[in-house]
Amino acid sequence: MENLKTKIFAIAFLCLLLSLNSCKPKNAGTAVTGDAASKTYVPPGKYDELYNFVSGGFSGQMSVYGLPSGRLLRVIPVFSVDPEKGWGYSEETKPMLNTSHGFVPWDDLHHVELSQTKGEIDGRWIFANGNNTPRIARVDLKTFRTVEIIEIPNSAGNHSSPFITENTEYVVAGTRFSIPMDNTNGDVPINTYKQNFKGTLSFISVAPTDGNMKIAFQILLPGMNFDLSHAGKGPSHGWFFFSCYNSEQANSLLEVNASQRDKDYILAVNWKKAEEYLKQGKGKKQQVKYAHNVYDDKTHSAKSTIETEITMLDAKELPGLVYMIPCPKSPHGCDVDPTGEYIVGSGKLAALIPVFSFTKMQQAIANKTFDGDYEGIPVIKYEAALYGEVKKPGLGPLHTEFDGKGNAYTSFFVSSEVVKWNIKDLKVLDRVPTYYSVGHLSIPGGDSRKPYGKYMIAYNKITKDRYLPTGPELAQSAQLFDISGDKMQLLLDFPTIGEPHYAQAVPASLISKNSLKIFKIEDNNSPFVSKGEAQTKVVREGNKVHVYATSIRSHFSPDNIEGIKLGDEVYFHITNLEQDWDVPHGFAIKGANNGELLIMPGETSTLKWIPDRVGIFPFYCTDFCSALHQEMSGYLRVSPAGSNVPISFSLGKNSVPLDSIPKK
Amino acid sequence: MKIALLICIMHPGPEKLITYFKKSKTCIMKNLIAILSIFIIVAAISCNQQTDTASENTSSTTSTPGGQENVNDTTSEKDVVKVAVSSPDHTTLVAALKQAELVTSLANAGPFTVFAPTNAAFDKLPAGTVDGLMKDDKKEDLQNILQYHVTLAAQKAETFTEGQTLGMVNGDNVTVSLKDGKVMLNNSATIVASVKASNGIVHVIDGVLLPPAKK
Repeated sequence: MENLKTKIFAIAFLCLLLSLNSCKPKNAGTAVTGDAASKTYVPPGKYDELYNFVSGGFSGQMSVYGLPSGRLLRVIPVFSVDPEKGWGYSEETKPMLNTSHGFVPWDDLHHVELSQTKGEIDGRWIFANGNNTPRIARVDLKTFRTVEIIEIPNSAGNHSSPFITENTEYVVAGTRFSIPMDNTNGDVPINTYKQNFKGTLSFISVAPTDGNMKIAFQILLPGMNFDLSHAGKGPSHGWFFFSCYNSEQANSLLEVNASQRDKDYILAVNWKKAEEYLKQGKGKKQQVKYAHNVYDDKTHSAKSTIETEITMLDAKELPGLVYMIPCPKSPHGCDVDPTGEYIVGSGKLAALIPVFSFTKMQQAIANKTFDGDYEGIPVIKYEAALYGEVKKPGLGPLHTEFDGKGNAYTSFFVSSEVVKWNIKDLKVLDRVPTYYSVGHLSIPGGDSRKPYGKYMIAYNKITKDRYLPTGPELAQSAQLFDISGDKMQLLLDFPTIGEPHYAQAVPASLISKNSLKIFKIEDNNSPFVSKGEAQTKVVREGNKVHVYATSIRSHFSPDNIEGIKLGDEVYFHITNLEQDWDVPHGFAIKGANNGELLIMPGETSTLKWIPDRVGIFPFYCTDFCSALHQEMSGYLRVSPAGSNVPISFSLGKNSVPLDSIPKK
Repeated sequence: MKIALLICIMHPGPEKLITYFKKSKTCIMKNLIAILSIFIIVAAISCNQQTDTASENTSSTTSTPGGQENVNDTTSEKDVVKVAVSSPDHTTLVAALKQAELVTSLANAGPFTVFAPTNAAFDKLPAGTVDGLMKDDKKEDLQNILQYHVTLAAQKAETFTEGQTLGMVNGDNVTVSLKDGKVMLNNSATIVASVKASNGIVHVIDGVLLPPAKK
């Protein structure tokens, strides 16, 4: 009898194994159907349908791909230096990477968010968060350049950022790490987390015309970790939702200790209420230090200012400002559907996806259907705010995007899949495997009021055997799916730079029509511009020598420079006189341990160079500009300190005959 | 594929078709049927191929003829071709550049110095010269003459020196002389105006430069 039981059990187990095996994702060979190539093929010379802005993760940059081809169009340097663009090397761009900690050459960029008007992508700017040294950047989509970076005080690990309200009134930042506030003595034992560590949410206002950012206010909250966020829209406009974990307030081994409770929270922040409190003078001024860096396209240079004050709103003292909604198991993604009614929380460790109703949440607040409070913040009863749960959707839900047709798409890291489900009836409609371990998802306009709904892109954390191996370090990947039908169809798989976290995509026409071709030389207000070769000169100011030079096909003016002495600091201010699309010039001089320049048409850039020895130093154009690019070069003479060789400079004055040179 | 190749070999030229026509009716019929049936087979095959490619390629891969002259760009400074095109005094030159298929090259990055004879300069040539050069079988001669008006390196008028030799794109040289503050080329044409272009400089000249006779 016992033997029979064992046999039955063994057979059942085998059956289970077999059935599990049949559930395994098909390999890509069978997952891709016949017409995938035609759906992603963009013929030579033709444009892609969409721009895809993809976070570069630990590279600190943002990349731009064309979709559906998956072609890399550009890497926009944001939080890290980039030799390809001179970003962080030229004197003009160095201030952009300044912080209250000084120059930070490499940060970690996680999320991107396109500016919106009336809940729809408007194609003006794209924001990005600096995760490590907390910052938010704004990229101008006319130039595809980072034009503003603001540091976030009272914050560490700016993760739940840079999500925006539906008219780009605010871009937000929620601290990942709670810490002692900047204006307090931070020299406290780490295990005093519960007493001394606080969390903040920052609301940065964005000026409607020029986009300039300003920290409007911060909200003081109990210590915990804020993870992701999304703004309300339509009926829920005026509210912002943040996910949080570590409500256990652990300060060590969070892997275990921050996963103790069944539920953490989604925070619902009434930012219109915050505006009222600010008007009433309920904000408290705090002395802090943070950098605010702005790049000006007219002077072609950045200015870094250290700001010293913020206004703090204390959530527990200001009723109606913040509510907490229990959400199972360390929620990560916090996504609001296009109607603004449904808020989807994705608990990393949860076996279900809770969908909250904004209407029910408002009723619960009105009726005070609370479940006590969390350090003074009212906690709404889970069931009172819950619309429903998606049961057994997959393992490890992370992020949800929407197609505008009533469907939601959620990524599952642990089960490596994307699951499509219906928002109304919460039924799972389709699931597709990803290769491998998907993180974020993107549907063009998928977090706005008007999703484009034709494609979905999954951004994978692990690639392993997906491409030809390149040693221990492999590119991460993006996978493009056609979601126009009932079933998701895998079309394409392309490598990305750094690690792709969040990404957004937008129909190309919204952006391409505004793209700048050249900087007008007559508008160049750089203090170091030379608007023509006649204005070029070399000027000594003490031990500083300023070279005002120009570049045009195919020479520099001047290209012979003498009178530089050891001990001098030389500043090459190069103006690219070209007024022709796609004709940048480069500048490099031997022995420069600071970098090189790449100068766009009509732009002025400066390279600082300190000669380390006496001799002749050639310089040249590094960007193949013309048929005579190799001729685009010059010489600079460095004499010993104390030499009496005068400053001189010329162009086109050639060698004197050998016999006329006086013999030594 | 093999059938297509076969057709290429078998396909009669127009002359042969005429001779077929002169033969007896039955012969014509036979041949026509043979030709037609082959055409049908080929059509059927290529038809199949078309459906195949149509499902794989959303549009054709053939690129538009020409090069950077087709770039839609009204923001940048004009290149040497656009400078010439915008001048009412250079219609002959522009027509000639087109006929000589030099527009694509001159829309490239350069840097070019272009000596641009005016319409009046072309009119000074013996009657019928320009019309002759514009004929398709004279394209090489026209290219040779026009390339004799272009040199690489953007040289401003004030930088020319007496006796300077300019190596022109066609391989021959032009000699510069300075007279009364004017720049003369081969003692036969004078620079009367200069226009900066995005990819070089256009010097308007009052005569056509004729390359030395081929050795």
